[in-house]
Amino acid sequence: MTDGAPVNGSVLLTHEVGLHARPSVKLTKLAKGFSSKIELAAAEGGPWIDAKSIVKVMAAKAPKHTVLHFRAEGPDAEEAVAALIDLVASDFPEQPSESVAR
Amino acid sequence: MSAAAPAAPAPARPAILSGRPASPGFAAGPLVVQAERAHGRRRAGTPAEERAALTAALATAAADLATLAEEASGDAADILEFQIALIEDDALSGPALEAIAGGTAAERAWADAIGVLVSDYEATEDDYFRARAADLRDLSERVASALAGEAQAALSLPEGAVLFAADLAPSRFLSADWSGRGIALSAGSATSHVAMLARARGVPMVTGLGALGGASVLFGTHALLDGEAGTLTLSPDAAATAAFAARRRAAEAAAVHAAAAATGAAVTADGVAIAVHINVADPAELDRLDPAICDGIGLVRTELLFHARDGLPDEAEQTAVYRRILAWADGRPVTIRTLDAGGDKPIPGYTLDGEQNPFLGLRGVRLSLARPEVFAVQLRALLAAATDGDLKVMIPMVSVPAEMARVRAAVAEAAAALSARGAVFRVPPIGMMVEVPAAALALDAFDTDFVSIGSNDLTQYTLAAGRDEPSVAALADTAEPAVLRLIAMTVAAADARGIPVSLCGDAGGDPRLVPLLLAAGLRSLSMAPSAVGRVKQTVAGLSLSTAARG
Repeated sequence: MTDGAPVNGSVLLTHEVGLHARPSVKLTKLAKGFSSKIELAAAEGGPWIDAKSIVKVMAAKAPKHTVLHFRAEGPDAEEAVAALIDLVASDFPEQPSESVAR
Repeated sequence: MSAAAPAAPAPARPAILSGRPASPGFAAGPLVVQAERAHGRRRAGTPAEERAALTAALATAAADLATLAEEASGDAADILEFQIALIEDDALSGPALEAIAGGTAAERAWADAIGVLVSDYEATEDDYFRARAADLRDLSERVASALAGEAQAALSLPEGAVLFAADLAPSRFLSADWSGRGIALSAGSATSHVAMLARARGVPMVTGLGALGGASVLFGTHALLDGEAGTLTLSPDAAATAAFAARRRAAEAAAVHAAAAATGAAVTADGVAIAVHINVADPAELDRLDPAICDGIGLVRTELLFHARDGLPDEAEQTAVYRRILAWADGRPVTIRTLDAGGDKPIPGYTLDGEQNPFLGLRGVRLSLARPEVFAVQLRALLAAATDGDLKVMIPMVSVPAEMARVRAAVAEAAAALSARGAVFRVPPIGMMVEVPAAALALDAFDTDFVSIGSNDLTQYTLAAGRDEPSVAALADTAEPAVLRLIAMTVAAADARGIPVSLCGDAGGDPRLVPLLLAAGLRSLSMAPSAVGRVKQTVAGLSLSTAARG
């Protein structure tokens, strides 16, 4: 529990077509499962966008090989950032909430 | 071509509308016309009422989408999941609710909010994003009809019904039971999401029919939809009905006979044997096929291999796939084409993005020679697998002799590399595709062990008519004399050199074109496995001694 201080993390996007509809749906669904405020940026300095909004995540149009940055603030911020990084690092598997052995 | 428009209420005369076939099959029954919605019929209320109306409409639309998504799978489910995520997003509904607070009616506020996104998607360079605009429009319509209080319910169509609409949204398609029914679109495209879904489910569909021609066409008018010919006949008379029934029976009988004929030999009525090979895009297809239906594999596309999740496939992975295909063929010849990416087949991270004209750009062998490290891996894998069977290696998109010389050098390098590491390998015959007119015109100048004609590209390059461009699709016909002459020249040049020649484009599986190809001198064809039966039947009905040469 890290209430207060923001948690940061970054991960390389390796999905072939980038952050398109299917991965964006998975990402926002996962983000919405956490109560913390979660933001995402396609560059270190931002702009930061709401990781729970499919409209905004799609609008980022992040291509393959983008380094995605996450920052979260709230009661489950640490878990949220870890889960999102895991989702991107494992290339958006079919069951996003479990770490699927592939 | 045009719809006869008799004055209502006189009984309609038969009218035939012609469009483009998008999904084969037949349907006969009442015409159901999906009317364009009249927007803004609802009287606007106070901002509070408008807010409540939009919120309720969004909830209705979300619930309907969720119901559809539960029954869907694969692409269909993904399309719906995306729409559900959008509709639940405050970033979409927020601006609409703000506009309502400022006095705008709910319909207008919603249309403006989603309109901003649609134009943003449509304005991007990326084809993928542009295609998503259709999903947004689908969503926009769904909420608009919920606002209008329209029966949001699933499309319910009578038995045999033919739905007539300007276009059909994927979610509308997925809401209906289409068995025995068909789709007639005045606009639409054979490459749309909904056409893809229709083909996958075997629903006959014709696009580009144009307007219905007057208000006299009544809901329930008897309609015949011919997904093979691409026509819609309204108010058919007895003769048209009989002709339709005959075509439908013939197509159904042909499918049955073709399945039965597939394992026989392909021999013309006057005793000439024709070699029938199959085209393979995905090795997994082979598990469901009996090798006895063919004389070998005339084309293995390797593009799918290169769409793996984790980047380009390594040498061991490729060798294993090639060996598996050779094992299936069980001694029959197998022609594997080196990576033919670019043009209409982009591979992220390998092909160039943003070419002005990809069909005239860096594709096929041009790309292989520009990316020699990727090409070398594939060649080594092919040479290693070649010890397992009768493998031949085919090079796509060759246009000048220097390209084949560079390919030979790359093959020699691959052999030297394998040799240096003590690996077992064999250098198979290296052949070229003839799909650029330049190659057909000067075939004698190329260093090649065999030739395979790629009729799709040869046709589009000869006639300067893009095959994915609906407005010139009719021009891109392999039956045109210029294309047939190039094919006949290629066959003659190969015969003169004593090297094998075959054809592996869509024309090889088309019963209309097969007689012309044989007349041009071809004796070996490669086609989709599903075409084998009907091509063998076509061949059996031909007599080459009487066929005119093209």
